[in-house]
Amino acid sequence: MRSVPVSLWAVLGLLAVVGAAGMPSIAAEEQVIRITTKKFEYDLREITLKRGVPVVLELTSSDRVHGFNQPDFGVRGDAVPGMVTRIRFTPNKTGEFVFFCDVFCGDGHEEMSGTLIVKD
Amino acid sequence: MSHKVDRRDFLKLAGLGGAVFASGLSGWAQAAKHSGAQEFYFVQLSDTHWGFSGPKANPDAANTLKKAVAAVNSLEQKPDFVVFTGDLTHTTDDPKLRRARMAEFRDIVSALTVKEVRFMPGEHDASLDRGEAYQEFFGKLYYTFDHKGVHFIALDNVSDPNAAIGAEQLAWLKQDLKQLRPGTPIAVLTHRPLFDLYPQWDWATRDGAAAVNLLLPHKNVTVFYGHIHQEHHHMTGHIAHHAAKSLIFPLPPAGSVPKRGPVPWDEAAPYKGMGFRVVEADVKDAYYKLDEKPVTRT
Repeated sequence: MRSVPVSLWAVLGLLAVVGAAGMPSIAAEEQVIRITTKKFEYDLREITLKRGVPVVLELTSSDRVHGFNQPDFGVRGDAVPGMVTRIRFTPNKTGEFVFFCDVFCGDGHEEMSGTLIVKD
Repeated sequence: MSHKVDRRDFLKLAGLGGAVFASGLSGWAQAAKHSGAQEFYFVQLSDTHWGFSGPKANPDAANTLKKAVAAVNSLEQKPDFVVFTGDLTHTTDDPKLRRARMAEFRDIVSALTVKEVRFMPGEHDASLDRGEAYQEFFGKLYYTFDHKGVHFIALDNVSDPNAAIGAEQLAWLKQDLKQLRPGTPIAVLTHRPLFDLYPQWDWATRDGAAAVNLLLPHKNVTVFYGHIHQEHHHMTGHIAHHAAKSLIFPLPPAGSVPKRGPVPWDEAAPYKGMGFRVVEADVKDAYYKLDEKPVTRT
């Protein structure tokens, strides 16, 4: 299994968002993780995240529509060929959490899963 | 083994995944007097997965369904009907093989010596082609029928690969429920659980809550389903949900192991965890009495 450390994907750029009152908002740190699906796997089977750090999952597919569902964080989206689906969330607890395809995609569908590893 | 407990006891047992019991249906007996309801039996078979191959899970996969058919045929009292609650066949990406499996399944169950056999799809049968092949062999994906005063509703939560019932079918359900006489006993047949049993293992229906909300105003509702390959009992409000065992391999209890997968075959106890269900609609005492039967009488 391949594990992707946070540092590889983390985008640490300051987002110079200016608030309505004209004051700069707090700089945001956001991890962007690109995930490509195909029958019957995710190219990232293990994804390591840091608790409290916002994440953007960018989903796409190289063959057909697949799903990405992680109920513990209320996260789901479709991975569609030729498109990028973005899901934002902030992991608020540590541990290992299975994600899986929830769009029935064929005879290997039930084995199509991976693990989110959230650390402090 | 057969059990019969009152509604309060059922509520205690429901979360324990234990034995069971019966759904007490307040008002059913009274309603039955006016609807011509009578006592009757039916048999629920589920998750036969014809075409599955996996010696570690079931080295007798080619014979288990045939043995179950023989077991049903040997019941002392003939059921009024048999219903298969989905995953009749094991999925395949090959449309020709899918149809071959459905044809074989149909041939095998044609040996059932009962008056009527009803079918429903599971995701293995219908999700890859939105039920096209299934309908060629087994008819409609969702439908209703009435039997001795009980209104049966077969819901399809699998032909949409997103595990959803869908707006069109929900509108149909709403319309169907609207025309029922108040107090009519309702039995819902479906494949996936209509409640979030364990979404981490995809044991849910994406819009199942919408169906439950439509059913909740009706006093006497019981749901029989499959998908999770084990006996399970749960209440959503006053609605009882009963999952049946599989006839190919059992799955472990929700969340009991890190990853969902078949419970290995036990050489010392063949077919352990598999079986079918006899349901007695006991109108006089206002119960569904469930009797879980093994695949074989060993």
